[in-house]
Amino acid sequence: MRITCPYCGERDRREFYYRGAATDLDRPAPDAGEEAWENFVFLRENPAGVTRDLWYHEGGCGAWVVVTRNTVTHEVLETRLASEARS
Amino acid sequence: MRIKGKGLIDRSRSIPFMFDGVRYSGFEGDTLASALLANGVRLMGRSFKYHRPRGVLTAGSEEPNALVTVGSGASQEPNVRATVQEIYAGLEACSQNRWPSLNFDLLAANDLAAPFLGAGFYYKTFMWPKSFWEKVYEPIIRRAAGLGALSGQDNVDKYERAWAFCDLLVIGAGPAGLMAALVAGRAGADVILADEGSRMGGRLLAETYEIDGKPGHVWVDEVQAELEAMDNVRLMTRTSVAGVYDQGTYAALERVHHHDGRHPHGAPLETFWRIVAKRSVLAAGALERPVAFRDNDRPGIMTAGAVRAYLNRWGVSAGKNVTVFGNTDDIHRTARDLLAAGVHVAAVIDSRHDAPLSDDYPVLRGAQVCGSSGRKGLEAITVRRPSGEERIQTDCLAMTGGWNPSVHLTCHMNGRPTWRRDIAAFVPTPGAVPGMVPAGACNGSFSTAACLREGIAAAGEALADLGVKLPEVAVPEAEDTPYEIAQLWAVPGKGRAWLDFQNDVTVKDVKQAAVENFRSVEHMKRYTTQGMATDQGKNSNVAALAVLADATGRGISETGTTTFRPPYAPVSIAAIAAGAEGRGFRPQRFTTSHKASVARGAPMIEAGLWYRPSYFPKPGETTWRQSCDREVRMVREAVGVCDVSTLGKIDIQGPDAGAFLDFVYTNMFSTLKVGRVRYGLMLREDGYVMDDGTTARLGQHHYLMTTTTAAAGDVMKHLEFVHQGLRPELDVCFASVTEQWAQFAVAGPKSRDLLNGLLEKPLSDEEWPFMACGPVKVLGVEGRLFRISFSGEHAYEIAVPARYGASLFDILAERAEALGGGPYGMEALNVLRIEKGHITHAEIHGRTTAFDIGMGRMVSQKKDCIGKTMSERPGLEEEGREQLVGLKPVGESKQLLAGAHLYNEGAEPTRVNDQGYVTSVCYSPTLGHMIGLGFLADGPERHGETVKMVDGLRGVTTLCKVVDPVFFDPEGGRVRG
Amino acid sequence: MDKLIAKNPCEGLLPLTIGSVTLTEEEPGVMTALAPYKGKEKDLSAALKAAHGMAYPAPNRATGKAGSRAVWFGHGQAMLMGPAPDASLAEHATVVDQSDAWAVVWIEGEGVEDVLARLVPVDLRPAHFKRGHTVRSLLFHMTASITRVGDRAFQIMVFRSMAETLVHDLKTAMEGVAARG
Ligand SMILES: [Zn+2]
Repeated sequence: MRITCPYCGERDRREFYYRGAATDLDRPAPDAGEEAWENFVFLRENPAGVTRDLWYHEGGCGAWVVVTRNTVTHEVLETRLASEARS
Repeated sequence: MRIKGKGLIDRSRSIPFMFDGVRYSGFEGDTLASALLANGVRLMGRSFKYHRPRGVLTAGSEEPNALVTVGSGASQEPNVRATVQEIYAGLEACSQNRWPSLNFDLLAANDLAAPFLGAGFYYKTFMWPKSFWEKVYEPIIRRAAGLGALSGQDNVDKYERAWAFCDLLVIGAGPAGLMAALVAGRAGADVILADEGSRMGGRLLAETYEIDGKPGHVWVDEVQAELEAMDNVRLMTRTSVAGVYDQGTYAALERVHHHDGRHPHGAPLETFWRIVAKRSVLAAGALERPVAFRDNDRPGIMTAGAVRAYLNRWGVSAGKNVTVFGNTDDIHRTARDLLAAGVHVAAVIDSRHDAPLSDDYPVLRGAQVCGSSGRKGLEAITVRRPSGEERIQTDCLAMTGGWNPSVHLTCHMNGRPTWRRDIAAFVPTPGAVPGMVPAGACNGSFSTAACLREGIAAAGEALADLGVKLPEVAVPEAEDTPYEIAQLWAVPGKGRAWLDFQNDVTVKDVKQAAVENFRSVEHMKRYTTQGMATDQGKNSNVAALAVLADATGRGISETGTTTFRPPYAPVSIAAIAAGAEGRGFRPQRFTTSHKASVARGAPMIEAGLWYRPSYFPKPGETTWRQSCDREVRMVREAVGVCDVSTLGKIDIQGPDAGAFLDFVYTNMFSTLKVGRVRYGLMLREDGYVMDDGTTARLGQHHYLMTTTTAAAGDVMKHLEFVHQGLRPELDVCFASVTEQWAQFAVAGPKSRDLLNGLLEKPLSDEEWPFMACGPVKVLGVEGRLFRISFSGEHAYEIAVPARYGASLFDILAERAEALGGGPYGMEALNVLRIEKGHITHAEIHGRTTAFDIGMGRMVSQKKDCIGKTMSERPGLEEEGREQLVGLKPVGESKQLLAGAHLYNEGAEPTRVNDQGYVTSVCYSPTLGHMIGLGFLADGPERHGETVKMVDGLRGVTTLCKVVDPVFFDPEGGRVRG
Repeated sequence: MDKLIAKNPCEGLLPLTIGSVTLTEEEPGVMTALAPYKGKEKDLSAALKAAHGMAYPAPNRATGKAGSRAVWFGHGQAMLMGPAPDASLAEHATVVDQSDAWAVVWIEGEGVEDVLARLVPVDLRPAHFKRGHTVRSLLFHMTASITRVGDRAFQIMVFRSMAETLVHDLKTAMEGVAARG
């Protein structure tokens, strides 16, 4: 598998550390309530199809990257810096 | 039998080799299989289950039968295909799976028991008694069934891994692959052409075809010469592309020194390549399939293509009196090639009723071979015709059931091949692998001209994608014979007709599977083991599923194939893991004091990637405890020195540095004064403790964070995530400075005395109170000093640029010794911190909260921080939670054990009665008994109670008193004194 | 009076020549990590140019020349190698001394790309990785900075504590390439 780091270009996936769903970027306000926090910390979608997740270019530039990919076809559709990808 | 004047071998170079202890000779260019056949050796192995005598079936990497062991001792290599292994002077090969010898194999008795050993036999027979499986059945089965054996010794050969990159990877160097590479090469594309053979050319080396009026192999040499002259083309022979992975990554195994037996220093036996290609052309060719008929596995029965290959490429006739059997025109070509070489052709048995006749050899039309005889090699076959059965004497039967395109690689990314009825074969489904275009025989196009045409077209398609202009290329002249086939999978009849030669699977087994309702091809495969041997059923899977289709009354297309998985050809684990053995397993990180510690006799222990001294033995000390106890006393009474450089050090700067730290730590850091250090606690977002450490404020916008050794990498990753992902608006930067500074703890009542000799100015409590920090000059070098203490003593950590680390350690250790102290290791460090109740990752193990470790009040109420919201969940701070306590033995047993559980004194040590567990223990030389830290339900309220520690594994029960976790100097006077 | 003696990261390990490839330890001089403050990259580049004669490098590039180089070092960071950093840089960037943090080696010779192809998962062939190009990538299991500094020469940096592993891994790869002849 190869992932295009916005800084470094296309690299082998072994340079990256996988974290999980990109919903980790959407941290609720402290007072957002139990449900919002439970969703944020514990609940994840498991889509057969397009998913957005966070990879860390640990063996490279140190950027956190949001990777949009398809879990069925394995296509990598888009990569963006996490610092610029917050919705 | 070698045929004069035939073949691409070098007859001027005779090569001696050994097989089963007998000396033979062959020629340069021979494989072990061709050389043995030339020497009249037909019996090369025994089958997996029935120990049937077996000879070579094919002439390529798909060979199921002729597996041998090459070499001996540590470099012994089992299951080497004799059809792939080239001979070299000194090659020693042995047959496998036989005892005592290949000719006389006692386990051949299995063959007599065959009626009982059919599909499902193991599943049905070895069910009970249950205990027999592991002790009786499995060892016996393992001994009887199997292939070659490993030596049991460490591998002495070197293996290698490497990366390669290209625009276009061409897989296979037959006519299609060569043509594709030539076109792409001429266009200037960056090309890799990989072929599993020792020589490029594919089937062109095995046939008598001409291209542009030249013998096929001459054309191959000319193309190869042109490619070799191109800087933009890389040719890789003896390289099997074994797997296809996402985004154009290919795995390939190069056999670097198997063929010559040479071991130059540092040379790898194999190189495992990862090839990254923007586009690929698959020109993998096709594999011929045998026909299943009764006793079709005798040595001397081979695929027709193999018979031609041995004849045309190696100048070897596989027999003196050959019969040919099959369902395509290939059998007539085989007969003609043999006759032209002067080999007698006894009969051509063509299953097609409209088969062409010949004046040169007898043709039996509409006939089928239905049996064979001969003890350890073929002596005669039985042919069935409408008029009856007939026996024909023959020592070699060349058979073909047609060709299977090598679609394997097109299926590695979940693709399924498409059935083509007209050629009775599966072909690649277009687009099965993004960026891969199949061409030639692997695409179901079998004529030479079609291969050449498709090679050009495939390269053109790839080049267009790459934006490279296609050069003008003329299609060379070559034969364009249509492929006409009548389906023929299994000849009906009694007895055993083999499908999978390597795993001994017969037509009967597949039918049996269908009868027992294993009707899905995947179920049939697992029930019969069809295709599960090292050849993965390359010759037999399609025939097996055709038999299954017939038995279940479905079509072949509907029955479908099993899943093709990498690797296409066997890849040794040694190659996949090359370089990662021994010191290559993972990086070794050495501190600047490493050599000095080793010189002082310290055993080094691994801490993550780091190596740290366990203890520093003195003359006369015979156990680690003696050294450790002395080192602890030394710190408590004089001064000790310990390298703490392995702790993570992160430089944090920027206008928002304070705000950032407030967000990642539970407590406040923006309020910390410049020149001061504060202990900090970090949570995960789920509210549990992540790490702890001290952070120093070096300037208004400048902090230095320390992490534990174990969590340094994770904390850095976490900080980057919090910054980039959650708080990108904060203007703050991090840099790991772990490696920049060599840092040493100098601990003990005489620590100040020791340091005063090294610093410009004497230290005082006024200028350097507990938790002070700042720049100092250490023997003239700019350094940093922190008055912090993990041991609970008056202590400092002193840091200098790493280049001076080794030197400073020597000086500190010597000066400490002069003051009655010395260096101390991890064991003493651990005792010192347990005596003080300081936690490590033994306590903050991922399931404890700030509340649990008694630091609930460190979660500031004035601000938000990572983990704060979730740490306030009722369950995380409620009554009954297991909280940190100290433990000391009070009963007869004085032993404490980490990992043991805690129970009320009178309670049974069962799960439901569990009250907590022990995390850290040591013998405290300061207190004269063992002490421990652990977690106990409502622990802080139970100081003074007696609980029972039970270690069920080691059978230890100890009564303990619950105490405050700070065993020594609870007021903290020493640290300030 | 005691005196602190400086030691190089690869002391006792290098130089090393195997086949046509030579591995030596570099004396990089002062190494300074520069991380521009928010929106200050242009100002930093100007200051760098004024003080040391090279621009702040774009991703995957190195500026300057031997003895005075700025190497892109990852997300938001460059390493100034050679000169002591001018005070003006601190107005626009965090300035962190890293002179002792990295083992810096120079590997050079015919076939050097083949050696690195055994360890680095990036295409370093001359047509794709030219002089002045740099990458943050892996060298076998270690994070590394790799810069082409000549037609057949690369500068490689890994953490100082991993110097022995660096030499071990490079030596193994050099032997494999040399044995191919
Ligand atoms: Zn990157």
